[in-house]
This record gives sequence, structure tokens and C-alpha cells, in this order.
Amino acid sequence: MDQQSAYAALAREDRVHTSLYTDPAIFDAEMDRIFANTWVWVAHASELPTPNSYKMSHVGLQPVVVTRDKESQLHVLLNRCRHRAASVCEQKRGRAQMFVCRYHGWSYDMTGRLRAVPYAAGYGTELNKEDYPLVSLRVETYAGLVFATMRDDIQPLAEYLGPARAWIDLFMKQGAGFGIKVAGEHRFRFPGNWKIQLENTTDAYHFPIVHRSFLTSLDEETEGQFDVLGQGGWIEDLGNGHSVMVMIPDLVDLEANLDAPIPERFQDLAAELAKTHAPQEVRRIVRAVGGTGFNINLFPNVACSMAFFRVLRPIAVNETEIAHMALGMAGGPEAANQARLRLHEHFQGPMGFGSPDDAEGWERVQRGAAAGDDLWILLNRGLAQGSNTGDVSAETGMRAAYRMWRRMMAQ
Amino acid sequence: MTAISLPSAMEFIWLEADLLDSHDYAAWLALWTATGHYIIPTERDAEDYAAVLNVVYDDQEMREARVKRLQSGLSMSASPAARTVRTVSRFRAMDGAAGVFVVRCAQHIVEYKYDRTRMLAADVLFWLVPAASGISLQRKVVTLINGDDALHGIGYLL
Ligand code: FES
Ligand SMILES: [Fe+2]
Repeated sequence: MDQQSAYAALAREDRVHTSLYTDPAIFDAEMDRIFANTWVWVAHASELPTPNSYKMSHVGLQPVVVTRDKESQLHVLLNRCRHRAASVCEQKRGRAQMFVCRYHGWSYDMTGRLRAVPYAAGYGTELNKEDYPLVSLRVETYAGLVFATMRDDIQPLAEYLGPARAWIDLFMKQGAGFGIKVAGEHRFRFPGNWKIQLENTTDAYHFPIVHRSFLTSLDEETEGQFDVLGQGGWIEDLGNGHSVMVMIPDLVDLEANLDAPIPERFQDLAAELAKTHAPQEVRRIVRAVGGTGFNINLFPNVACSMAFFRVLRPIAVNETEIAHMALGMAGGPEAANQARLRLHEHFQGPMGFGSPDDAEGWERVQRGAAAGDDLWILLNRGLAQGSNTGDVSAETGMRAAYRMWRRMMAQ
Repeated sequence: MTAISLPSAMEFIWLEADLLDSHDYAAWLALWTATGHYIIPTERDAEDYAAVLNVVYDDQEMREARVKRLQSGLSMSASPAARTVRTVSRFRAMDGAAGVFVVRCAQHIVEYKYDRTRMLAADVLFWLVPAASGISLQRKVVTLINGDDALHGIGYLL
């Protein structure tokens, strides 16, 4: 069997082999065949708010800098000096007109162009600056989500996202007409494979079990709203490894049902907003403040998850970094944005009431995966319901992701 | 009520550390004023923590909910709980508002769970106010040395 078919055989329709979590050779192949071959999320446009702003990011294992140049164009540049490889940026985010390599002082502008080389006379005519820009990746955006790819010949981003775009549009309605901005991020690592986290975003099955201590911290009305298995939710395979999981059908379209009564937990906020906003405005903002009722899982590294972006970064076969990016209404009322921050802190992050329990669960998956020589990870929940949709607790979204995994690994 | 001195503040802070290491959360909750805030920032130099994202931004209600969660037995990151041993030192009295005694200090926590030992270092700022019982905690800001970088799931209090 050649290598491609060997990989394909490890990901069946209803199960994947445990070596997908544990084999370093498979991890290396994934970085090559998946992360270097598709659209990878690197930033949200609001993280680069002005000309000459930048943030550090990754495409697979490769460090990049996402920049907005003085003409407001976005660029994704490998964070590596063309002289002898030193990183040119070591600030997570900021503003600059130039990246100056601190080793021998080569300087690059925000488009990546090599502008100046100290003591250039030493090169005589050997060095043509045009030949050594920072390596630039292809960049495209959808609804403010910025993606990059190492490949110049793959389909445009819009086509790659396909039907996921309509769900992304619905997700962005939580800007309540103001637009979405990243309002801060929690980052944490867990000792486990990246696909454990990829699966989790489309795993409603664990929610009432793992998150019981979160649920019991809520008032009764909100606890009812987070009964994610009990509201007739569903999962859809959106193609190319993407999927959507609807947990709270009432919160699919945040511009609908504006006349519904304001939930108890947002009464104080509504009263505060009513001092400065018309009643219809108040309802629109309050309905958006808790986020949507669904998770969009975009293969391979980002999810639009209820009220935040979840970004995963593979580090090693058994190490993954997660960013949970809180979102706010750009230019929206401060009271509503602070409410969003507090809601995010309640569940997410290293000391949230939810994330540490997720992280513990994922770590235990990796620890357990050390046992057994030839055991499989089951993905067959809801299989009988059809291959493209299932009830909310079906493993349809995971099957969608692994179908794409198989397609890319076997190419 | 007597004024707070640096030695009495140190004694209070050591007591607080011991209560957290021994998971005596009910006694810990009783150290606080009703309006106090317990804060673990993600941004090192925020002017107003309420306006930015934090790891923890707890008023009294959230502190109580947090303790309830840690003790519920329903949270797999907290049961079994990691063992922790913390040392607090390098105390320095800082300028504060009238009636508030401000102390800055260093805190090292060593955490053990399963087969792993980890370390968390932080600068901690305490706002202490005189109370009938001696001293009450008005504000505690735990600025982790790596709070703006990737952390891990933490199933106890800092
Ligand atoms: S490595 Fe950057 S200037 Fe030499
Ligand atoms: Fe979860």
C-alpha cells in the first residue's frame, strides 16, 4: 500500500484510527498536506485596525506576521529575515512602518519589501534588494475573517467556504448593526492532538456532562437555554470539512424575534441601554449580546462558536494551543460590550467555568489514546440519520472534518 | 478598627494564601468586602480592568459561584483538584487611596496533578481595608508573569 492509501485507510466513515492522535509522522504529514495546502485562518480584520498595524500568527507550524500596509492592504508574511533567517517581529501586535531585523539590520516595509541593508557597499553588485522581500502568502478575506494559504493555485476562499458563508453572515449579526471587533483573547495549551479540539467544537454530546458545573452556576431561565440537546438542534455537513451545529434554534437569526421578552439576566443591561437608546435598538442589542446559538467549524483551524472565535494551533502531535477570542460590537455601547466580556470570562479561558473542564477532557483523551495497539476512535453517533445532517448530538460534523482529512491526506 | 500596618497586612496575606492552598474556600470568601473584586488580567497594564478581557473578573456573586463550582464535584478539572503550594513574599506597601492599604508582593505557586508539576509566578496587588474583624480584602489583582501568553486549564484559585 502506498503512503496515501495507508493514510486513507486510517480514516473510515464511522471511525478513525488512534494513531491520528499519537503518530508524529502523521502529524508531520498533516502540516505538509493539510496546513500547507489549504486556507488557514490567521486574523480578524479588526485586529489590524489602522494602516501600518500588524499581529503575529501562524500557518501550521510556520510563524507569520499579518500586516496592514499604509494603503490598508492586508499581507501575510513569513516571519523570517531573508538574510540569515532571524525573526523580524517579536511583538504580538502593534503598529510600525518597518520591520527591522535586529541581527544585521535589514529592514522591510509592511508589504514585505526589503528597503534597506546596512553597509550595502560590502555586497558590491551581488545583492538585488528586489530579490529578497519577506516571503508573502496569498491572502483573502470573508466577512472580516482573514485567511492565508501557501498555495497560489487552490480555489478562492469564497469557494472553499461555500455554504459556510451564509452561516458566517448569520454569526456576524451579533454585531447588532455595529460590526464585530475582537475584544481580547484567552490563550491556553493542552497536551493533546489538534483534532481533539477540532472535534469538540462540533460535539454537543459532551455539553451536559462536562459542563454541568457551568450549568448549575446559571439562573434557571439561562440554564434552560443551555439545554443544548433538548431544543431540536441539528448538525449539517457544509462541505470541505466545514460544518455547523445548531444548539439553540431560537438564536440562529439574531435579527428575528425582536419582540420576544428580554431574558431575566439581561434586564439590567436593557434598563441601562434604555437611557440612551430607542426601545427597538435596545432589543436588537440585547438579543445580540449573548451571541448566536450555533458553532461553525471551519476546517482546519477556526470556529465561529456562539459568541467568540476559537482558533487552534497545532504545536506537536500531542500539544495544541487554543485562542478564544472575545468579540464586541465595534463602536457599540460600552455597557453591552462589558456584558459580553463578562459572559466570555464566565465560560472561556484558563479559569472559565467551562474551558478548563474541556481541556481536562481533551488531555484525558490523549492520555487514554496511549492504551491499545489497534483501537479506533468512534464517530458513528447518528450515522443512521444520513451522511450530511443529523440531530444536534450526532457526530456528523466530525465525520465531515475527517472526510476532508482523508481527502487531503490521500492526495 | 485599627489602622493597617505592613506586618498585619503580611499576616493577612499569608492567611489568605494558606486558605487557598488548603481549599478552605468558605473562610476565603469571608475575607472579602461585599464590593471587592478578584481580578486576574490578560493585559498587563490595563487602566480599567472592567473594560477589557480578563482571565478572572469576579464580584462577590461570581466569587461565590466559582467556589461553588470548585467544590461541587461536577467539574472534572477541579475534582480531583490539583495540589498547590504557594509562597508569598517581597511585600511592599504602596501609595493608595484614603482608607485603603495597598501592598504589592510576589507569589509563586507550584501545582501538581497526575504526573506533572507546574509553576505559576505572579505579582499580586492587594487593597486592604480595616474591618471589625481586623482586615478585609477590597481588591486582589494577580498579574501572572505570562498572563498575556498561553496558559493552561487552572482548576484552583490564584
Ligand atoms: S539575519 Fe536578518 S539581517 Fe541578518
Ligand atoms: Fe465543551
